[in-house]
Amino acid sequence: MDINQKYTPQSWPEHPETATMEGKNKFIGFWLLLAAETVTFASLFATYLALKDKGPSGMEFSAAGLYELPLVFAMTMILLTSSLTSVYAMYHMKNHNFKAMQAWLGITVLLGATFLGLEIYEFNHYVHLGFGYTNSAFSSAFYTLVGTHGAHVLFGLSWFIALMLRNAKRGLNMYNAPKFYLASLYWHFIDVVWVFIFTVVYLMGVIG
Amino acid sequence: MSSIAQKKGFGATIWDFMTTVDHKKIAILYLISGGIFFLIGGLEAMLIRVQLAKAGNDFLSAGTYNEIITMHGTTMIFLAAMPILLAFMNAIMPLQIGARDVAFPFLNSLGFWLFFFGGIFLNLSWFMGGAPDAGWTNYASLALASEGKGIDFYSLGLTISGFGTLIAGINFLVTIINMRAPGMTYMRMPLFTWTTFVASALILLAFPPLTVGLFFMVFDRMFDANFFAVEMGGNTIIWEHLFWIFGHPEVYILILPAFGIFSEIFAIFSRKRLFGYTALVFATILIGFYGFMVWAHHMFTVGLGPTANAVFALATMIIAVPTGIKIFNWLLTIWGGNISFSVPMIYAVAFIPSFVAGGVTGVMQAIAPLDYQLHDSYFIVAHFHYVIVGGVVLAILAGTHLYWPKMFGTMLSEKLGKWTFWFFFIGFHLTFFIQHFLGLMGMPRRVYTFGADQGWDLFNAISSVGALFMAIGVIILLVNVVLTSIKNERVGNDPWGDGRTLEWAIASPPPFYNFAQTPLVRGLDSVWIEKMDGNKKGMIFAEPLGDIHMPNGSIIPFVISLGMFIASFGALYFLDGDKPWALAVLIIGLGITFGSMLLRSLKDDLGFHITKAELLEDAKGGNTDGH
Repeated sequence: MDINQKYTPQSWPEHPETATMEGKNKFIGFWLLLAAETVTFASLFATYLALKDKGPSGMEFSAAGLYELPLVFAMTMILLTSSLTSVYAMYHMKNHNFKAMQAWLGITVLLGATFLGLEIYEFNHYVHLGFGYTNSAFSSAFYTLVGTHGAHVLFGLSWFIALMLRNAKRGLNMYNAPKFYLASLYWHFIDVVWVFIFTVVYLMGVIG
Repeated sequence: MSSIAQKKGFGATIWDFMTTVDHKKIAILYLISGGIFFLIGGLEAMLIRVQLAKAGNDFLSAGTYNEIITMHGTTMIFLAAMPILLAFMNAIMPLQIGARDVAFPFLNSLGFWLFFFGGIFLNLSWFMGGAPDAGWTNYASLALASEGKGIDFYSLGLTISGFGTLIAGINFLVTIINMRAPGMTYMRMPLFTWTTFVASALILLAFPPLTVGLFFMVFDRMFDANFFAVEMGGNTIIWEHLFWIFGHPEVYILILPAFGIFSEIFAIFSRKRLFGYTALVFATILIGFYGFMVWAHHMFTVGLGPTANAVFALATMIIAVPTGIKIFNWLLTIWGGNISFSVPMIYAVAFIPSFVAGGVTGVMQAIAPLDYQLHDSYFIVAHFHYVIVGGVVLAILAGTHLYWPKMFGTMLSEKLGKWTFWFFFIGFHLTFFIQHFLGLMGMPRRVYTFGADQGWDLFNAISSVGALFMAIGVIILLVNVVLTSIKNERVGNDPWGDGRTLEWAIASPPPFYNFAQTPLVRGLDSVWIEKMDGNKKGMIFAEPLGDIHMPNGSIIPFVISLGMFIASFGALYFLDGDKPWALAVLIIGLGITFGSMLLRSLKDDLGFHITKAELLEDAKGGNTDGH
């Protein structure tokens, strides 16, 4: 693999992410990592469900009375849209259109950062209501599950930004194409996890 | 290894091992550090047996005894057995599939250093305010009540070393999926590669629940979270579930590679193709699959209810079927073979009855009503030592003899090896067989002493004598290693003379780039096929001799792990309140870790090439270092 080889949209392979041996290895390895992440979140979900609404006697907060769906719905839409924009970015990556890819990744990062900001606002709001991390088993499980997802969002954002800055001057090549692809795969995974959080934590929580 | 050591100074050799990404050197690192932890765990076992040698003994205090049994179990499982098996996987599996290296050499190094620093951190607890004392299972109700920092050492140490193991598992999976030599189809893979594959899949899916459980433990103890705090709505059974969803697959993570090593040994030393290769492969997969469906048999007495107990009891009994298939296939491999009783084969033959005994008591415990009687007694201790020592440790000892020449280029002494075997084997049965009866007589686990009027004196004394025998066996092995290294008689490609799989077609130890030309695999037992066809060159090759691309060594894995190690001390003292420096240590440690990860990500690392000319010069005999 020659890192300085220049590609045109014509000479660029159809699947640049798996065109090299390194790319193939990273591709499989990353899917396996996502399997491990799935088990991680499954454990967190199971714990949350077991501890939902559990607390010391006289606990003031329950899922039904706490969550504010309009805000969470807006967060959901923003994150889902960011997944779409990352798909556009990958579309341009496969067409060897570096500038368009960077632009769509930039939009993805903005949407992701907005989501993260709203999540921080939401947590801050709950804490001000008196629903702190150490209040009850329910609060610990809630903040740990949703917060772990938030930490993943933060990591995904940092990853995107690092890749965009590092490669801003040199464009796409066979060495960094798999990296962009995997970062976007990770972003989709974060999105799917959030769909489950929205359903299992918030929707089922409000139903009671 | 030795040719490098002769050329370089001591410091340069250390630096070489700290920065290496070569799977064969990482294997040596795993073997040495796993071996040292094995000695530490063995020392702890000896202290336990000294304490229990007579009634009312006061050799150890009750508290110290709790710390020692906890550290014995934790050390042996996480820091000795698994790393030593990872050493063999690293050393042998890439050779068996004809690969240049593992898929991610950098991550391979990172996995080792994370394990290493996690293990060191855990063991530092002895010198920094007391070791963990809630048993290796660390049940939450005990752990939360434990004073001092022992449990925090346990949680943080195992989290770090667990990340390392997870990375190793992913690496081996990708290696086997993507890096097999031409012609090496899945159903031509040697059994050790197959068991590595399935064990790695188990690592991938079993370690995350443990990590989540350990995080809950850290949060509960340090940040006042309430996962296990019953008065705050928490539930300690969650820990038990998470631990055993990890813990049961863990025993298969240990035993499957052991099965793989024995499968290789039976075929080599019976000079026969493995009987029922296909059945052995499918039994391996089935065991891996069922391994995830039986965790609650560790929790029969928790009170999950008769339905749950019945389901898990049945699932547990089903596992005996694929295991039985394996036992019969091994027996039929020996049957009619031209058997040579070299040291590895003696271990393999001794393994069958020992492991079957452990399996039978396992099925006894699978019967939930009977388990209520056996639970928490020495019967359980006897059972799991029969499967772990009779299975895994015998495989480790057998594998050490079998693969020593491939890893170091010298043969361990057969004579001393036999002495080791007999001391260890007799000592093992002497120690643990009698514990079945102690259990049936009512002796409970994890209790630091017993009364003279309880009638357990004689059997405990016998058990302790057995432990001494095992210790002598291990000491003889160490002597064997030292003498062999001093003698330094180099051996050829196939020192056992009857090697069947690809690792025996390459020099011992192999050059750092492995096969100069990727071999072409024409069937199961590819080297044996070439031997039978009278192929003088050893193998047929799939490519002409050409430049080889190699990864660069790197110190970054070491630094990433060091950062985690430093951060752990910060986390440990963070919430004491009176130690303001702890937060700084935590941040600095994490900064080192994430900073070096970022550096790795941003700095291009394209590796280097070995040219054809260098390879040709190498083939003439000379340089095996290459730098």
